[in-house]
Amino acid sequence: MTYGTTVPYSASSPGPRGSQRVSPGPAGTGPAGTGPAGGDLPRLLPVHGAVPVDLHTHVSRYAAPPYFGHPGQLIPVLKAAGLTGRGGAAFPVYRKLQAVAEARTRPVVIGNGAEGEPASDKDKSLLWISPHLVLDGLQLAAEAVGSQAVALYVHRNARLQERLRAAVAERAAAGIDRAPVEIIDAPPRFLAGEESALASRISGQPAMPRFKPPRVFERGVVGRPTLVHNVETLAHMALIARYGPAWFRAVGTPGEPGSMLCTLHPADGRRDVVETALGTPLRELLRLDGTQAVLSGGYHGAWVPAADAARMTLSNEDLQPAGAFVGAGVLVALPATRCGIAETARVARYLALESAGQCGPCFNGLPRIAAALDEVASPRPDPRAVTDMIRWAGLVEGRGACHHPDGTTRFVRSALHVFREEIRNHSAGRCVDPAREPFLPLPADTALAAADWS
Amino acid sequence: MKKELRVDPTACSGHGLCAELLPELITLDEWGYPIVAREPVPRSLDRHVRRAVTDCPTLALRLLPAS
Amino acid sequence: MNGITQSTALWYASRATGVVSLLLLTGVVLLGVLVNRQGRLPGLPRFVVTGLHRNLSLLGVVFVAIHVITAVLDPYVTIRIVAIVLPFSSAYKPLWLGLGAISLDLVLALILTSLARARMSRRLWRSLHWLSYAAWVSALLHSLFSSTDLQHGVLLYLTIACTLAVVAAVIWRITHAGREIPREERAAATLTMMSPRGGPQAPGSPRDGARRRAPENVR
Repeated sequence: MTYGTTVPYSASSPGPRGSQRVSPGPAGTGPAGTGPAGGDLPRLLPVHGAVPVDLHTHVSRYAAPPYFGHPGQLIPVLKAAGLTGRGGAAFPVYRKLQAVAEARTRPVVIGNGAEGEPASDKDKSLLWISPHLVLDGLQLAAEAVGSQAVALYVHRNARLQERLRAAVAERAAAGIDRAPVEIIDAPPRFLAGEESALASRISGQPAMPRFKPPRVFERGVVGRPTLVHNVETLAHMALIARYGPAWFRAVGTPGEPGSMLCTLHPADGRRDVVETALGTPLRELLRLDGTQAVLSGGYHGAWVPAADAARMTLSNEDLQPAGAFVGAGVLVALPATRCGIAETARVARYLALESAGQCGPCFNGLPRIAAALDEVASPRPDPRAVTDMIRWAGLVEGRGACHHPDGTTRFVRSALHVFREEIRNHSAGRCVDPAREPFLPLPADTALAAADWS
Repeated sequence: MKKELRVDPTACSGHGLCAELLPELITLDEWGYPIVAREPVPRSLDRHVRRAVTDCPTLALRLLPAS
Repeated sequence: MNGITQSTALWYASRATGVVSLLLLTGVVLLGVLVNRQGRLPGLPRFVVTGLHRNLSLLGVVFVAIHVITAVLDPYVTIRIVAIVLPFSSAYKPLWLGLGAISLDLVLALILTSLARARMSRRLWRSLHWLSYAAWVSALLHSLFSSTDLQHGVLLYLTIACTLAVVAAVIWRITHAGREIPREERAAATLTMMSPRGGPQAPGSPRDGARRRAPENVR
C-alpha cells in the first residue's frame, strides 16, 4: 500500500503519482492506543496531496504530543512496536534511547535531517510537508531520555530551514514544546549525516566522521551522550506514542513492521516520495518492465537484477540475501537502455570525492576504485582494471572511521556482478548506451562544494 | 578480558612503525597504512603490543576490548 | 695541590655536561623533526628514529641533571637550589641562569608528558610538545651567555653548527608540511593521479572521461 506525493522544491519535481495513490480512510484522531485504523496509509504525510501541514491542521489531525510525564516511559512502547531507524542502518530505536537514558551526564537529542544522499528526498519532503510530526517526535525523544538540549540538523536549504524555524516558533508560542529546539545547518556533503560527523559539526568542528569507540550515544555533541535519530524515525515515534505498538504493526511484516518513506526513481526518469508499508512488492513500487536492474539502499546500497527484484518485497529479509538492503528507502529502476557500469562509475567518482580525506585506505582506495571503474566503462578497457578494483575493494573494507569505504565497495561490487554482461560488451568495444546521458542523480555543484565541510 | 588492536584511521598517517614492531599482527597495505589482524591479542605478545601502542608517533594504535 | 682541585673538578664537570646536554638536546630536536615528517635514517628501520629520539632525550635528562647538580655544588658561585627550577630567582646572572631554569622545566614537562602520552589526548600532547622548540632556544641562550666558554674557539663553532642545524630542520619541516595535501583535497588528488585521461571534474560533466570515450552502440 503506497501513497505518493510530490517532491518539494526539487528541480525534477514530478506530478502527483495518481497510479499509486490509495484513497486513505478517515484519519480521525483519538486517545492513545485507539486512533485511526492502523492499516491506513499515509501516516506521516497529509491525507490530501502535498500541502504542507501547519500547526493547527496538525493538532486537529493528531492532537498535541502525548507527553508521558516521566523519562523512560516511551522506551518499552517503542520496543514493542519494533521501530527501527529509518536513516539507513535499521537499528532498533529503543536501544539507543535506552543507552542514552542510562547515561550519567545530561544527554543531547538531535533530529537528523541532513539527507546527504543525492538520490534521496524523503527527509526533505517530510520536513517540508509534516514538520510538526518530526518536532513532536523530537520532544518525545527528549522527554524519554531526560534532555533539554535539542536540535534539528537540516540539509542546507534556506527555504526549508526558514520554514522549520517558523514552525518551531509557532510551537513555542502555542506552548507545545517542553524543550527549546535549535535548527542547525548541515553542509551539503554525502557524509554530513553520519552520526559522528553530525556530532562534530554541532560541536563546532567540520562535519567529518571520527573513529568509534566511543560511540556517539556515549560521547557525542560537546562530549555529552547524544541521541541521534533520523527525522522520519522521530515522526514514527510521535505516532507510536499516540496510537501504540499494535497500531504501528498493523502494516509491514512481523519482522519489519510499519511503514516507511521511499524515494522512487522509476525507469521513466521521474522522482517521487511515497509512504509505503514494509513488505510491499518492489514491482508495485517501480514498474519493472524495461528495467534491467534495481538499486536498493542508495549509493551505499547494491544493484539487484530486475528479474530478482520482481520477486522481492521491500524488506531486509528479501534484500539482504541479494547483498542489498532497504536503507533509507532509495529505489532506482535502471532502464535496459542504460549502461549500468557507466552509471556506477559516475557515482563511484562522486563517492570517492566525498571522502573526507581522513583515513588512508579511504582517500587512497576509493579514487583508485573509481578510476578503475571509469576504465571498465570505456571501450576495450585494460583487463587488469577489474582485478585491481577487487584488490583495492578488499583493502578499504572495514578500514575507515565510518562506513563510507564499505558502502562504496558494496555498491561497486554489486555493479561488477550484476552488469558483468555489459563488462564483456565493453571488452569487445561495445556499449548498450554510447550516448551516456546521466541517469542516477548527483548534485550539480559537486566541484563547488569540494572544500565545504562546515 | 580479551583485547584487540584497532587503528584509528583518522589519526594514522602511515608512519609504519607498528608493522616493524609487531609483524605478528600488523602488515602494511600498498599505501603504507597498517592492516591489523582482527583477533584477540595473544598473551605472549603483550609486551610487544604495548610497545607498539605507546610508540605509535600519532597515537593511532589502540588496545580495545575485543568485539 | 695543583691542577684539578675538588672545586675545579665540579666546575669542569658542570661546563662539560652542559655542552654535552646542548648537543644532545639539539640531536633530540633534529630527530623529533625527522619523526614528525616521517623521515628515516638511511639504512635503518623506522623505529630507530623514534627510538633514538626518545633515548637521546632520556640521556639528555641525565646530563642536564649532572650539569645542574655540579653547578650547585660548585663553591665558586652560590646557586640556591630553588634557582634551578624557579626562573630568574638566582642572584648570580639571573637572566641567563633563569633561561636555564626555564629550559629544565620545559624538558622535564616534555619528558613526563611523553612518558604518559599513551594515556593522554593526542591533541594535548602535541600542543605541549611544541614547547620543545622553546626549551631548545632557552637552553642555547643559557649556554651562550651563562659563561664565556661557548663564545670562542671550537665550542663557538659547535654552537653555530647546532643553531644552523636546528634552523635548517625547522625550515625543512615548514616547507615539507606546506607540500602536504589538506585532507579535503586528498581524494581529488588521488583521483587526478589515477585518471590520466581526465581529472576529478564534477561527475557527469561533458568533460567526464567515460563520456568522451563512449564506445559504439551494441544495437
